[in-house]
Amino acid sequence: MNANEITVAATGLTKRFGPLTAVDGLDLAVRRGEIFGLVGPDGAGKTTALRMFAAVMAPDAGRVSVGGVDVVAEPERVRERISYMPQRFGLYEDLTVDENIRFYAELFAVPRRLREQRAARLLAASSMERFRKRLAGQLSGGMKQKLGLACALVHAPSIVLLDEPTTGVDPLSRREFWQILYGLRAEGVTLLISTAYLDEAERCDRLALLHGGRMLYCDTPAALRARMPGALAEFATPAPRQLRDALQGRAGVLGVLLVGNGVHVHLDQAGRLAELERQLRDSGVPCDGARLVPPSIEDLFVALLGGAGTQP
Amino acid sequence: MLERIWHILVKEFLQIRRDRWARFRLLVPPLLQVLVFGYAATFEVFGVATAVLDLDHSQESRALVAAFAHNPHFGIVRMAASQREAEAAIDDSSAAVAIVVHAGFAAALRKGQPAPLQVLVDGTNSNSALIALGYVGAIVDTYSQAYQNDLLGRINPKLARTLVQIRLDERPWYNTSLNSRWFFVPGVIATITLIMVVNLTAFAVVREREMGTLEQLMVTPIRPFELIVGKTIPFFCIGLALMTAVTLTGTLWFRVPFRGNPLVLLLGTSLYLLSTLSLGLTISTLCKTQQQAFATNFFLVNPLFILSGFSFPIASMPAFLQWLTYANPVRYFIVIIRAVFLKGVGVAVLAPQLLALAAIGAVLMGVATLRFRKSLD
Ligand SMILES: Nc1ncnc2c1ncn2[C@@H]1O[C@H](COP(=O)(O)OP(=O)(O)OP(=O)(O)O)[C@@H](O)[C@H]1O
Ligand SMILES: [Mg+2]
Repeated sequence: MNANEITVAATGLTKRFGPLTAVDGLDLAVRRGEIFGLVGPDGAGKTTALRMFAAVMAPDAGRVSVGGVDVVAEPERVRERISYMPQRFGLYEDLTVDENIRFYAELFAVPRRLREQRAARLLAASSMERFRKRLAGQLSGGMKQKLGLACALVHAPSIVLLDEPTTGVDPLSRREFWQILYGLRAEGVTLLISTAYLDEAERCDRLALLHGGRMLYCDTPAALRARMPGALAEFATPAPRQLRDALQGRAGVLGVLLVGNGVHVHLDQAGRLAELERQLRDSGVPCDGARLVPPSIEDLFVALLGGAGTQP
Repeated sequence: MLERIWHILVKEFLQIRRDRWARFRLLVPPLLQVLVFGYAATFEVFGVATAVLDLDHSQESRALVAAFAHNPHFGIVRMAASQREAEAAIDDSSAAVAIVVHAGFAAALRKGQPAPLQVLVDGTNSNSALIALGYVGAIVDTYSQAYQNDLLGRINPKLARTLVQIRLDERPWYNTSLNSRWFFVPGVIATITLIMVVNLTAFAVVREREMGTLEQLMVTPIRPFELIVGKTIPFFCIGLALMTAVTLTGTLWFRVPFRGNPLVLLLGTSLYLLSTLSLGLTISTLCKTQQQAFATNFFLVNPLFILSGFSFPIASMPAFLQWLTYANPVRYFIVIIRAVFLKGVGVAVLAPQLLALAAIGAVLMGVATLRFRKSLD
């Protein structure tokens, strides 16, 4: 088993819906045992791409192989080794947590003992043991996602495709979610995950940035950040909106983004910072200081796409 | 393969069992419908509210009025004193029929001239009006026949005795008294089963699509065919149970005779369920939401009902519609179920209908399976 072995590969993958090209010539190679992130704004083509990897949608052009199997030629063989969790996981709301897990386990012919072991472990990892007898329809949105993950993992797949699995999940549950994913990676499972949360993208081993069906960049988060032209400065301020308005359009300012603890300003070069601070002081906008910071994926995304459709 | 079908089956029954409303929804409305239809759906009219105006006051006119009074189809509610009163009775709906014997009725009869009799009918319900008019005609015919014979007997008894008469001997087979309840109840059973089974199946699959579970099932090793079989078997069982319950209501409560072999009915019902289940499945592959499925069912079930020969004779439809009825499973099952109930015929006689149902079921099932495969694209 080679650590650099490619388990999910696409070349020239294309899908059209009428005049719209949802996925446009996508080339992708995911290595065994890595967490690979598909990142992009709404409508970027993440779901469509994952559906083609999961063999639930046929591509119009290009090739896809998963685990060495040609997806178009042998969809049934692909299904046995992958797990695919759609954006909205299909739970039977009138069945209990246990019954849902059991149903999916049985379809994959998981032996009863193994099923019970895995269910217990997965439910414990997501703090759901207490709800095993509860109807899925009565779970909160985050718990539904966690149950979906448990159902998707109960047959111990070696390749896992997750479409925005943490949408609607509270921060605590998201941490649990990622612990489970890291655990899987440690076991050698390959994970291909789409997300619209850019802070989550940082947790991936490698990322592909999708926009309008095309892949713009594909690299590790660190390497992607290093690609950011210019420099990023963080301004601490009690009046972020006022500061944003004051900075926008000034010489050397390429973009301004509100973040949790202030304002991120994308500069064409690091040397501009001192000059900007002085200008701010003169204009009387409250500012508690500024410093250069390493860019986040979100900053990068905004710099690359001009902020089109990203979520905070 | 069998195990996977079994797992789907278990899940389906679990879901049905969990659904507290299901048991109620599945059984009570169909039985209620049979009861309502059994009592309400009849072509016969009894005790039609009748107003009578006798302006002749003769022995003949009184005899005619008596003929109406003794007939169970009519109930005389008013003896009017004037034409205006008789018409008012129709206008205010207190009577549906008014019979007016004009002065000179008896005189005309005695002279051997046509004697006029005026009948006013409330045409707002043209159906019962027509039926009532038919009864009026029959009573008047009988009356004039008797009068002629009577007259002839008095003038020339010898000739009267040699007079040849044709008497129409109506004896409808299988339903000797033309009991319309016998005619209706089997048909009602067919249509109720159609509505229930098509709806249940279509909704069950569309719900999976709507909930997103269908996309999930597609990435499990289950094949479309296995999924279809697993999802339809429960509704097949429900359909059979429904048929049994409704048939028992028809035979035990409404005393509709059951002259045939229950096994023939079981065979016919199975093929009928196959074709209606497949129809429901086909609808479900065409619809993305339960609302669409509801609308589609609504548009389909009514024509199927009208074009089934259940209440409107197929032979009187335009040729184009007659052709359409050949694709209608209800058409064949109505023949089968009426024949088994009332005629007691066997498989040999019903072979064309049974084969037609099997063919429709097979074609629709094929279409549903093929479409199912592609349904995410
Ligand atoms: N079945 C379909 N029929 C027609 N158009 C579709 C279909 N599925 C997706 N699209 C279109 O293709 C484009 C890509 O959609 P996709 O769902 O792959 O995006 P996404 O990146 O997953 O977005 P989101 O963040 O909203 O989930 C969108 O413009 C969408 O409207
Ligand atoms: Mg999506």
